[in-house]
Amino acid sequence: MEMKDIIKPENLVFKKTSLFTEKPLSYCPGCGHGTVHRLILETIEEMGLQAETIGVAPVGCSVLAYEFMDIDMQQAAHGRAPALATAIKRLHPEKFVFTYQGDGDLAAIGTAETIHACNRGENIIIFFVNNGIYGMTGGQMAPTTLPGMKTSTSPFGRDTEIMGNPLKITELVAHLPGTYYVTRNAVHTPAAARKAKKAIQKAFEYQKLNKGLCFLEFVSNCNSGWKLPPVKSNEWMVENMFPYYPLGDIKVPSL
Amino acid sequence: MAKVKGAIVVEVERCKGCGVCEPACPQDVIKLAKEVNGKGYNYAYMQNPEECTGCANCAMVCPDAVITVYREKVSQ
Ligand SMILES: Cc1ncc(C[n+]2csc(CCOP(=O)(O)OP(=O)(O)O)c2C)c(N)n1
Ligand code: SF4
Ligand code: SF4
Ligand code: SF4
Ligand SMILES: [Mg+2]
Repeated sequence: MEMKDIIKPENLVFKKTSLFTEKPLSYCPGCGHGTVHRLILETIEEMGLQAETIGVAPVGCSVLAYEFMDIDMQQAAHGRAPALATAIKRLHPEKFVFTYQGDGDLAAIGTAETIHACNRGENIIIFFVNNGIYGMTGGQMAPTTLPGMKTSTSPFGRDTEIMGNPLKITELVAHLPGTYYVTRNAVHTPAAARKAKKAIQKAFEYQKLNKGLCFLEFVSNCNSGWKLPPVKSNEWMVENMFPYYPLGDIKVPSL
Repeated sequence: MAKVKGAIVVEVERCKGCGVCEPACPQDVIKLAKEVNGKGYNYAYMQNPEECTGCANCAMVCPDAVITVYREKVSQ
C-alpha cells in the first residue's frame, strides 16, 4: 500500500486542534507547556466551548499563552491570575473560566491568591504546571524545587535545613472545603497525556455544576532549567519528581 | 483479516527535534532525521513507514502539535 493511499482526508485520525493560533509556540524543544496547552485546547474544541471560555495567562514561560490559544484571554500580574479569574467568573458566571500558571507564579508570589481563591471555592479551573523551577527567568529555585536539586540560586542543591522543604501546594489546597476536584497528572507519555486530558474534560464538566474550584496540577519538565535534553529530562522527572509529587487524584467529588 | 495501516505527516519546519515522540512510538517508526530543518533542528520522520499503525501515540506527546496522523483499515 502506498503512502498516498493512506494519507487521505477520510483516514485522518489526529490533527492539530484549530484552537491553536498560527504562531509557533515559544517554548523550548520538548517542554511540557506545549502539550498541556494542546490538551486544554483540544478539550475546549471538542466540547464546543471556544466562545464560552475565558483563560487567564500568568507570568512565567507561559506568559504568552494568549498568543497561542485562540480563545478570549487576559494576562495577570505575577501570581494574581486566580484573583483576576475570580473577577471574570463573578462578572460572567455563564462563562468557563480558567487560569494557567507555573509553580513560581502559583506557589511563590501568588500563594495568597491561590489559597484564597481555593478557599472561597471560586467556580474556576486552575491549571498548574509544576516544573520545580523558575523556567522563564533562568532556572532559579522555586518553593517546589526538590531537596538537593541544583538550580541557579541553589548551585549546591536545595538544602532543606536552610531553604525549607518543597511546598506540596496541591495537597494543601485539597484540604480546603472550596476545592471540588484536585488531581495531579503528567504529559510525558501517551497514556499519561490521555489521562491528563480526561481530567481536563472533567474539570470543564464540573464547572457547569458551580460546586467549587477544580485544581489540576501537571508535573512537567524544564529542559533548560534542569540542563537536560528533553527525553532525559522526562526520565529525570519520572525518577525524581514523581516520588515527591505522586500522580493521581487527590480529591474527587462525591457524586 | 483486517489490518490497520498508518502514516504520519510531520510539519517539518515547525518540528523542534525534541525527540519526545521517539520513545512514545510502540512500532519504532518515528525517528529524528540526520538532516536539519530551517531552524537547525533534526526533525522527526518515519524511518520505517511500513510499520506505522496510526496509533497517534507520537502526536499525543508532541509539545508542538506538528504531527498529523492517518489510519486506514485494509483487508487482506
Ligand atoms: C512582580 C514580579 N516579580 C518577579 C518577576 C520575575 N519573574 C518572571 S517569571 C518568574 C517565575 C516564573 O516561574 P514559573 O511560574 O515556575 O513559570 P515557568 O517559567 O517555570 O513555567 C519570575 C520570578 C516578575 N515578572 N514580576
Ligand atoms: S525554560 Fe523551561 S519551562 Fe520555559 S519553555 Fe524552556 S523548558 Fe519550558
Ligand atoms: S515530539 Fe514533535 S516537535 Fe518533538 S521531535 Fe517529535 S515531532 Fe518534532
Ligand atoms: S502513529 Fe503510532 S506507530 Fe505511527 S509513528 Fe506515531 S506512534 Fe509510531
Ligand atoms: Mg516553573
